[in-house]
Amino acid sequence: MAFLELSHVEKSYGKGAKAFQVLTDINLQVNKGEFVAIVGYSGAGKTTLISLISGLLKPDKGTVKLNDLEIVEPGPDRAVVFQNYSLLPWMSVYENVYLAVDQVFKNWTAVKKKQHTDDYIKMVNLSAARDKKPSELSGGMRQRVSLARALAMDPQILLMDEPLSALDALTRANLQDEIEKIWREARKTVVLITNDVDEAILLADRIIPLSAGPSATLGPEVMVTIERPRNRKQMNHDPNYKEIRGKVLSFLLGEGAKKRQFVTRRLSLPDIEPEDISQGMPGFSSNRQARRKKEIKEEVVEIDS
Amino acid sequence: MRETKFKLDWLILPLLGIGAFLILWFAFTKTVSPDLPTPGKTWELSKTYITKPFEKRGELDQGILRFTWLSLVMVAKGYAIALILGTPLGFMLGISKTFAKCFDPLIQILRPVSPLAWLPLGFVIFAKAKGNVSEVAALFTIAVCSMWPTVLNTAVGVRSIPQDYLNVAKVLKLSRTKTLFRVLLPATLPYMFTGFRLSLGIAWLVIVAAEMLTGRPGVGGFLWQEYNSNIPEHIILCIITIGVVGFILDRLMSLIEQRFRTA
Repeated sequence: MAFLELSHVEKSYGKGAKAFQVLTDINLQVNKGEFVAIVGYSGAGKTTLISLISGLLKPDKGTVKLNDLEIVEPGPDRAVVFQNYSLLPWMSVYENVYLAVDQVFKNWTAVKKKQHTDDYIKMVNLSAARDKKPSELSGGMRQRVSLARALAMDPQILLMDEPLSALDALTRANLQDEIEKIWREARKTVVLITNDVDEAILLADRIIPLSAGPSATLGPEVMVTIERPRNRKQMNHDPNYKEIRGKVLSFLLGEGAKKRQFVTRRLSLPDIEPEDISQGMPGFSSNRQARRKKEIKEEVVEIDS
Repeated sequence: MRETKFKLDWLILPLLGIGAFLILWFAFTKTVSPDLPTPGKTWELSKTYITKPFEKRGELDQGILRFTWLSLVMVAKGYAIALILGTPLGFMLGISKTFAKCFDPLIQILRPVSPLAWLPLGFVIFAKAKGNVSEVAALFTIAVCSMWPTVLNTAVGVRSIPQDYLNVAKVLKLSRTKTLFRVLLPATLPYMFTGFRLSLGIAWLVIVAAEMLTGRPGVGGFLWQEYNSNIPEHIILCIITIGVVGFILDRLMSLIEQRFRTA
């Protein structure tokens, strides 16, 4: 029995003819303590997938189970690190983390909660910025706060929705190393959603590609066999690395690539005949008709989904 | 175009503008309207009201700041009622789509109704009320008229709370009260204060009309009385006072608004 289990999950937005199928037949099993990365195109439905696991959305078909219990609503046992940090801007770093701690560990004494909050702020190296507001922090620092908030909740599973994609390359590399280190220490079950294959290889035990939408589905999993701790410099020379990268990319660029989509549009083409201007200005004589006909043609165009 | 910039331009340029206006005013009194008092005469007759702003010589003959104070007290009361009623109403409209569908058309119809129309209704409603009927009717009018910007801005504010904040509240399973006070209210505050500022502006407009119709002592009441006693200089004094006070109120509110916007 897997710890997190998605079986035959489908999700679409809208109703009836306008319905837009986002995810089709998603099957995913994640074991306890495992770090799984889902790699896919932007707009493929990655955020929808994480929302289904967190309970923010409900699947149209299929089930999402954690610990063999069906997920019906969001809860602090599934902490989410959102792409855009989702910190409350009117609260300081400390208050943002404390809000979560206070909510999850209601029975603790105030002193213990305070200590716990400070511990996690320290863990992400933000003790110096403890009393600052999110607006005073850089993107990387904000995502650290978000990470601290999620970890401080001591969740059963940590869901990360493209946590680093809004950051510059250097900050991203730094935070990747930190996430790896924290994960090795805390051994949480993690589902990471990303569009960066290298990030997935550096962090995950297992990579599952998500095909392009609409009707995105998961591709064949790729195990990351590179030993931990992983070093991004040495990794580049690891033959495993190239193989893993090749496998993931071949799915994403091959089978899972964007389906070419065509639509048929009706075009009305103006068909204008030359007019005899000696008959006077248009609109001034009543018995004169403009000799224009519209021609309706059909045209097939390829569109970007 | 190059902007004129020199030392003290912030002071000198507005003074130039006011000077030009005074000259126009003066020219107007000498040509088109001989009944309009000149700036000099206006100052002459208004002097005592400005130099002794807190003197009370009679019910409708008081220093200008004393009148202003009376008006402000009324505005404060009516405005307070507007905020107390308007904020929760705006919240309801923002949170519940059903509630919004029920009451939005009604609000859109009541919103453009002039204070002059509400006041007589106030007299009818509160005719049997204990105490001063004209005061209660005036408060009713101020509250009803100035409530709408607060209602609408609060509703817009609640509706435009980023989904991210609501997701945080959901993931943390915050209770309803906690969600309201820790997430919804702080996220809406900047919008609410914009509404509060606009409401105060309207309340200040309404008080003048209400005082003119009820004859209550205050800037508006004084204005109407001086019109009846044919002292146009004092009408101008009142207009300037109303403008200046309105301007100061707006500045004060936008200072508070700025604080919440940056927070």
